[in-house]
Amino acid sequence: MIWNEKKECMSRDEMTALQSARLVKLVDYVYHNVEFYRKKMQNLGLLPSDIKGIEDISKLPFTTKDDLRDNYPFGLFAVPQSQIVRVHASSGTTGKATVVGYTRKDLDIWSECVARCLAMADVSKNDVIQVAYGYGLFTGGLGAHYGAEKIGAMVVPMSTGNTKKLTTMMLDFKATAIACTPSYLLHISEVLAEEGKLGELKLKTAICGAEPWTEKMHQDIERRLNIHAHDIYGLSEIMGPGVACDCIYNKGLHVCEDHFYPEILNSDTLTAVPDGEVGELVFTTLTKEGLPLIRYRTKDLTSIDRTPCECGRTSARISRFKGRVDDMLIIRGVNVFPSQVEAALAEVPEVSPHYVIVVDRVNNLDTLEIQVEVNPEYFTDEIRGLEKLNKKITHVISQALGLNPKVKIVEPQTLVRSQGKAVHVIDNRKLY
Amino acid sequence: MSAKQLSVFIENRQGRLGEVLNVLKNNDVNILSLSLADTTEYGLLRLIVNKPEIGKEKLAEQGFSTMLTAVLVIEIQHEAGSLQTLLEILSKRDINIEYMYGLSTNANRAFVVLKTSDLNKASDVLAEYGIKCLTSEDVCAL
Ligand SMILES: [Zn+2]
Repeated sequence: MIWNEKKECMSRDEMTALQSARLVKLVDYVYHNVEFYRKKMQNLGLLPSDIKGIEDISKLPFTTKDDLRDNYPFGLFAVPQSQIVRVHASSGTTGKATVVGYTRKDLDIWSECVARCLAMADVSKNDVIQVAYGYGLFTGGLGAHYGAEKIGAMVVPMSTGNTKKLTTMMLDFKATAIACTPSYLLHISEVLAEEGKLGELKLKTAICGAEPWTEKMHQDIERRLNIHAHDIYGLSEIMGPGVACDCIYNKGLHVCEDHFYPEILNSDTLTAVPDGEVGELVFTTLTKEGLPLIRYRTKDLTSIDRTPCECGRTSARISRFKGRVDDMLIIRGVNVFPSQVEAALAEVPEVSPHYVIVVDRVNNLDTLEIQVEVNPEYFTDEIRGLEKLNKKITHVISQALGLNPKVKIVEPQTLVRSQGKAVHVIDNRKLY
Repeated sequence: MSAKQLSVFIENRQGRLGEVLNVLKNNDVNILSLSLADTTEYGLLRLIVNKPEIGKEKLAEQGFSTMLTAVLVIEIQHEAGSLQTLLEILSKRDINIEYMYGLSTNANRAFVVLKTSDLNKASDVLAEYGIKCLTSEDVCAL
């Protein structure tokens, strides 16, 4: 089902006209209500009247996560505090958190966008959906919750942390949908498999997000649970989950581009790359009141496709994420993305999808260790067999990365199973 | 005819061997013989126990990678040269030894645990020479 056919299926010309009108209004709004943007525009010699349509967006300044931190907590808000009805905050790994604020209208639009995404995942009012993202300052739980309520589904606000209770209720309530991180869903499938209860599941769809996952992991989840798994994308700075989601055709994530204007830029030159080429995703919030952001650099790498989709939607689609500008590790001068390691390991049936990359520096030389778990059914009691497997893994990874890793086989279930975001990289290098 | 060996994968971490032994002790699984093959990173613990199935089940519950492997348990004369005689028989028929270790009882009897390339063939070859391989039940009764 298409939740909002008028907005999701409009022609490119209509969409461009709508985006242009909204951008002009937005620029005027931030110029008069956010000192940070007024100053940035003044420094560039820009007046709101210089922005006449979406084609002028490249004249506008960028916004980064650092800008949000520097203006902690409410410095970039465009409305008085009395009009803010909710805040969320993302945990900063370094220093301050970033705080985002929403007006009542912002929350309405957020619910609308999540509802569109859930409809793409075939969720309707007839469904029972477990929301197993964390509730609280993190946008995942409440974001998915409000969208699911808007659609009219029966919402079970599980949050994270108690897998036993989750699986019990999943079976007892005959849950047909779940929203959680993909690694947590894999964990849930393992728990159900151990209990021999996979066959009793009524689940048909999953809406997974908040961390990058590969196509292989996507297929694994679909096969193990016999469901459709959908990739929902969002980031708290822009709104939260619901910025984009993939439909049943699995040909990229439809962006709610009447609210969030996507640009794909070369992350070095910051100029637009052609459709289909990989670059950094940059968003402008076209309708936000509380915390409007102009050209926010997500640091996520993806490509865009603006051709209509088989599902009938015309909204632009961004590809599954190719990694993050920040996640990129430079090891012995080679660019390495954890997603490459994950994709390589997916080719080796003997290992489980869980892995940890440990990077260190010994005698001024970078070391790369990949820790993997052997699937119990492939376990062997001969050292020769394990060494052979080790060589095989080393080979596929060195083929994928152009680097020779040290592969370490560890006991099953020892790698960190996250209920939030998966920890895939431990970088022990002390760089001066 | 073969016997069941309990094999356990353990990382070279402080206390892991102790944990395996503890699980076995708590479930009243008695060890008749063991061998530990190790590399710098992990070890493979091979055990002949009185209750291999229970040992495997309880260790798996505790998250260990374990499996039951078929091995040959053969009684040999407790005297010099008897092991060599046995190995020559197998070698003549192109049977490779993957690994082996000893097992002895307090009744002054000696046994050898063998993992070979083709276990059934090995067992048949030994039978031709009148050498009997013990089953798990035989081992428990020792
Ligand atoms: Zn579609």
